[in-house]
Amino acid sequence: MSHVVIIGNGIAGITAARHIRKFSDKQITVISAETDYFFSRTALMYVYMGHLKFEHTQPYENRFWKKNRIDLKQAYIEEVDFKNKKLFSAVGEEIAYDQLILATGSVTNFRGWKGQEIDGVQGLVSKQDLELLEKNSTNLTHAVIVGGGLIGVELAEMLHTRKIEVSMLVREPHFWGSVLPKEEGKLISKHIQQHGINLLFETELDEIIADANNQVKAIITKSGQQIECQLVGVATGVKPNISFLKNTELETDKGILVNRNLETNISDVYAIGDCAQQREAIGNRKPVEAVWYTGRMMGEAVAQSICGNPTAYHPGNWFNSAKFFDIEYQTYGWVFPKQKEGFSDFYWEDEKNERALHFQYKTDSKEFVGVNAFGIRLRHEILDAWLTEKLSIKEVIQQFSKANFDKEFSKKFSRQLQKAFQQSQLQNA
Amino acid sequence: MSRVQYNMALSGQPPQELSVWQKVFVFIGMLGLLVLLLATFNYQFPNKTLWLSLSLGSICIGVIGFSWSLYGDKPSGIKNDGVWFKPLTSRGLWAWLFGIFITLFYVVLYFFPQYLGLNADAENTGLIVLFDPLSYALSGNPASQWFMYGTLYTLSILIFGIKFIWKYRHSQYEVIRTLSVMFFQTAFAFIIPELMARLNGESLQLPYYDLKNIWPLNYYNFEQYRIDGFLNSGTIGMALLIFGVISIFVITPILTYKYGKRWYCSWVCGCGGLAETAGDPFRQLSDKRQIAWKVERWVVHSVVVFVTLMTTAVIYSYLDYDAAKYWLNKDIFLGLVALLLTLVFAWAMLFRREELQKDAQYGAIGYFVIIIGLLTIHFFWGSQLFLFQAETLRTTYAFLIGSVFSGVIGVGFYPIFGNRVWCRFGCPMAAILGFQQRLFSKFRITTNGGQCISCGNCSTYCEMGIDVRAYAQKGQNIVRSSCVGCGICAEVCPRGVLKLENDSPEGRINPKDVLLGNDVDLMNYVNQK
Repeated sequence: MSHVVIIGNGIAGITAARHIRKFSDKQITVISAETDYFFSRTALMYVYMGHLKFEHTQPYENRFWKKNRIDLKQAYIEEVDFKNKKLFSAVGEEIAYDQLILATGSVTNFRGWKGQEIDGVQGLVSKQDLELLEKNSTNLTHAVIVGGGLIGVELAEMLHTRKIEVSMLVREPHFWGSVLPKEEGKLISKHIQQHGINLLFETELDEIIADANNQVKAIITKSGQQIECQLVGVATGVKPNISFLKNTELETDKGILVNRNLETNISDVYAIGDCAQQREAIGNRKPVEAVWYTGRMMGEAVAQSICGNPTAYHPGNWFNSAKFFDIEYQTYGWVFPKQKEGFSDFYWEDEKNERALHFQYKTDSKEFVGVNAFGIRLRHEILDAWLTEKLSIKEVIQQFSKANFDKEFSKKFSRQLQKAFQQSQLQNA
Repeated sequence: MSRVQYNMALSGQPPQELSVWQKVFVFIGMLGLLVLLLATFNYQFPNKTLWLSLSLGSICIGVIGFSWSLYGDKPSGIKNDGVWFKPLTSRGLWAWLFGIFITLFYVVLYFFPQYLGLNADAENTGLIVLFDPLSYALSGNPASQWFMYGTLYTLSILIFGIKFIWKYRHSQYEVIRTLSVMFFQTAFAFIIPELMARLNGESLQLPYYDLKNIWPLNYYNFEQYRIDGFLNSGTIGMALLIFGVISIFVITPILTYKYGKRWYCSWVCGCGGLAETAGDPFRQLSDKRQIAWKVERWVVHSVVVFVTLMTTAVIYSYLDYDAAKYWLNKDIFLGLVALLLTLVFAWAMLFRREELQKDAQYGAIGYFVIIIGLLTIHFFWGSQLFLFQAETLRTTYAFLIGSVFSGVIGVGFYPIFGNRVWCRFGCPMAAILGFQQRLFSKFRITTNGGQCISCGNCSTYCEMGIDVRAYAQKGQNIVRSSCVGCGICAEVCPRGVLKLENDSPEGRINPKDVLLGNDVDLMNYVNQK
């Protein structure tokens, strides 16, 4: 019986383990240094805010693993001997494998700022980060968050529930400018500000200053402004957690380089999830996709390959979601943040309620290519089908109520939407 | 620690302290309770109308003001900050104290009402008599311990309903549902029965009847004194009796088919009403483990069997007393019961067999054989129906299920086991509606493709202890008999994954191994296995 070892018990590694168990009788070991059991990383914020206890973030009961013969092992793998198919843990333990799946996830991407090693400078990726944040929160009155993205707004919301003043340094002129077009960027920026967060646009971190005890005292921005604070939350993105694999025969770049079958350059070694980097980007996707859903999908795909059914990672239409304080965000297909040649926009914002839709379509063929939804829930299945069938933007708008996934009795909007669309078409004509 | 203490407000600490305003309103509410407590210990208030109004008024101001200070100045949205830090909502000291207090109240109410001022031979005193002014105004009669309880119960649903609406004001579904619960409690459970009592006289002897309280939840509805009351009240009485029968056999199946059991459990029912309003802060305490689910299924269905046996025995026991009055005789009645049970059993086994788990099938067969066996033995050998005296069954049920389970445990343990212990483990009505919801209804909670992030908010805040996430992360719709349709899972979901809806019964249950968003070929390959 061959032994599959998976390093990393996040969504990618665990999905792979579950599917391998489903399709084979192989021995499966999942190794993690972070936690004993799989938990939902995206739910860490709710533990800090008191919505959940940590155990609630664990999607399976503890007995699940034994029942499904998935061995869980807590160990920190320090070294991999690819030739002899062996792993070495920090305490010197040796673990042999027949097939290895690397699903080591991400770490915070510190950008080399002066003072980034000072106490009170931290990211929010792991359970240990959460524990550190809890510790750093004592007597914390003012925090600076560097980076206006998903982790940044989560951190802001978390700290805000503990009555900590938060300033966010945002490089772009509006929130999450690398992903959101300016209309919704402004909508979300306003919403975040209404919750009492101090957003500093077009501001970047230059330096972090320590007090006599090597604690954060203040930061200095690139424009020379000094802001007093006791915590610096680093939310300028994440990078693959692969430092222990450098200087081995495994080919890496930003992440572990893999082909479409998620195979690395070494046979019987695969990489999935945040730590994997596609040799060639798939469509509009980034070579390194650090998203919950893509981690899961890679896990589903790699399990097939391991079980003798070589399968390419071939994701369908792009989708993602998030929540910014009280506004939910969903996206399907591609909505490019900056005006792109050959693509047109239709943006609709409700005048009374905080909700908006941003559509993009091909200017010539009118083919619908993507939508961002704010404060509105959309049916994944319907949007996915529309994207696959390449419906025209007009057809999409006309039957948009079919895609509505809002709760019962929610305020309807399709008539407003259609009216606004007609007007926009008249203006464009 | 060398770090400077910046202020005394303990910033950075988990939010568990009450604000100044919250303390003020707690104090005001407590003053109102103090009046009730003093009355309980027989302090004679000179002007009962005034003091009752003051007491209930300050309780209202306390709760509503407290809600305002919690939610009034905050933007609308999910308000679960600090739920697991506050002792009252995370089984801390306050939870235990509060739980013990309510439990004691129920024990006294059910078993020692004399301490509340109920006097068998003389006029009532104590707490009960304080409610006399209101009782006279409504029904024209002096207050009983049940009137006092009904008033406090209705008041709780109203004021905590306001709190709930404030908390979930961003959701039309929650607002409308809560208004419905508040309305049905106030009108149907409280005011209408009192007014009906006022109409009673020579020609009208209606029993106290909360029209929305349907058998088997009101297990006593077909007891002899009530049937006599209905039959002695002319057309109205007959209409009410017929209504009582068709509400469980006709109205309930139709509504549950169309809307799921939520039409009753979280929109109409009084037990559900209290659980959803006053009990809302405790919803996260329900047990989500699979073992709890197993216990739940056996216990709640056993209660259904118990109430069926008990009611059959009770009706049977008085049927032949007066052949002229009751056209229904003992034999016809038992035959009808056996026929109905056989039909339901045969339907489920023939048409829904694949949806029943193995142990559910065994349980159903076992219970069916026992009931029909008992009926047969009785029919052919004439032994005691169901081996016990009907009266013994009735008093046992009333004590164990009607009082201890639904009241003492059901409400008293809110702060420890969550707000739906009774509805989940004990209520036979919920079990019958759930049976139907699971097997014959358009209702489901739809899961949105591949959007679930397994965060656990839905499971944690499910008051019925359903592991919602287990379904959502499989892309599977939630079709569970216990779901009362409160809608909170869909509220707390941060990614828009859940939607309560009534849709065609086709494709209601749809397990998937590979979720939407991945390779279409892989999805087809794996999901068809």
